[in-house]
Amino acid sequence: MHMKEHTSRRMHPLALRIMHWTNAIAMIVMIGSGWKIYNDEVIFGFLHFPQAIVLGVWAQHALQWHFFGMWVLVLNGLAYLAYGIATGRFARLLFPIRPREVIAEAVAALTFRLKHQDLTHYNAVQKLLYVGVITIIVVQVASGLAIWKPVQFSGLVSMFGGFQSARLIHFLGMAAIVLFMVVHVALALLVPKTLFAMFTGGPRLPDPDTLPADGAPAPDPSR
Amino acid sequence: MSLRSFFRPNRASITRPDQSLMVENRALLERIDRRKLLRGSLSLGAMSLLAGCDISNREEVQGVLRTVSDFNDGVQAALFDPKRLAPTYSRDLVVKPPRFNAYYEIDEVKPVDLSTWQLELSGLVKDKRPWTLDRVNALPQQEVIIRHICVEGWDYIGQWSGPNLRDFLTRIGADLTAKYIAFYGNDDYMESIDMASALHPQTILATHYAGEPITDPFGAPMRLRTAVKLGFKNPKWIRAIEVTNTYPLGFWEKQGFNWFAGL
Repeated sequence: MHMKEHTSRRMHPLALRIMHWTNAIAMIVMIGSGWKIYNDEVIFGFLHFPQAIVLGVWAQHALQWHFFGMWVLVLNGLAYLAYGIATGRFARLLFPIRPREVIAEAVAALTFRLKHQDLTHYNAVQKLLYVGVITIIVVQVASGLAIWKPVQFSGLVSMFGGFQSARLIHFLGMAAIVLFMVVHVALALLVPKTLFAMFTGGPRLPDPDTLPADGAPAPDPSR
Repeated sequence: MSLRSFFRPNRASITRPDQSLMVENRALLERIDRRKLLRGSLSLGAMSLLAGCDISNREEVQGVLRTVSDFNDGVQAALFDPKRLAPTYSRDLVVKPPRFNAYYEIDEVKPVDLSTWQLELSGLVKDKRPWTLDRVNALPQQEVIIRHICVEGWDYIGQWSGPNLRDFLTRIGADLTAKYIAFYGNDDYMESIDMASALHPQTILATHYAGEPITDPFGAPMRLRTAVKLGFKNPKWIRAIEVTNTYPLGFWEKQGFNWFAGL
């Protein structure tokens, strides 16, 4: 048996899995507490979040959770971004995103003809969704900072078009993240091996040394 | 405009956790307790969402959350730039009258008798003689047109004037190296702020709004207006000011709100 077989990395290394689930929990705390905070001064008159789905019996609890969760979300998020860039994970899995492939694969996905055999390769729709949600979370942190410290970061508030506008953008960012979570969880349940992979690490990756630059399988050396 | 507010809670509409849910999940709650899962308080937060109950009010959870809130006080103090000015606005953006807010309804306001009103001083102050309104009004006046931001999320632009707090503290011989300034309202309301925010150039003892003396519902004759704190840190109907090194807390902080509450 070749040693490489044992030492090659998994699709989702342990550090990545820890960061993924930490982010998931932090995000749920931020959303649940954010809904409770929102309820005290609603942006849309028709929308109050029911007490059963918010985090915090009173507004002060929700604020406490929100300003606790922010540390977990931001510190974990920075670690994730640093990890993704430093290990080449982002470059390998999330880029490039070709518009032509996005359209073709979106059509295939909506007609349930999308192939999902190889977990180690993201299709163009997946790439777009992941890059999109990461970008939205970064903007969400910025709009949150603007609302939290509108004097210290008054430039940021202006960038978002004013205090109430920053609040609205913070709300819309939440809505986009919730929408992503719904799609993300639904797809993970439809293709359960992707869900298990985020617990166990998933398939082992082929050794990068044996891969040619274009990502095609390495030629069989025995031939 | 929504009148529902934790500052003016409508007792009938306050939503409490559904007791039947608590009963249904009692076994789960007890198991959680036994396992002492609190140390992973974040996962508890997630579990509370799944369980449909809320553990936020539990003593040990409050312990963790308030410790983080205290830590955030320090972070905010470090972020606070004492020289950084809040944006100011033109007079045509000023909302008249200002927005009322207290922990009770506007018709429950107990007006202050201006003929007997005096501002009392205590703590680390050399000249503790009380101030009459005439003496306050004889001081140099400063006007600020600033955004009032409530912790609930609403805001409005107000035009406030009165003596600058730093000038006033200097005049009464206050120890400017003390840590806190506490303001006592005539409505049993008390709030305290850090000295750096008290000395900020846009912190004033407001006696006038839009050029006229502040009226009863909005804190007559004197309220704090600082551009660098959330609304609830600006007590109204001020009757006493204390300079102290002993952490004085405040009305809302006792109920779990963050103390620094800086903008």
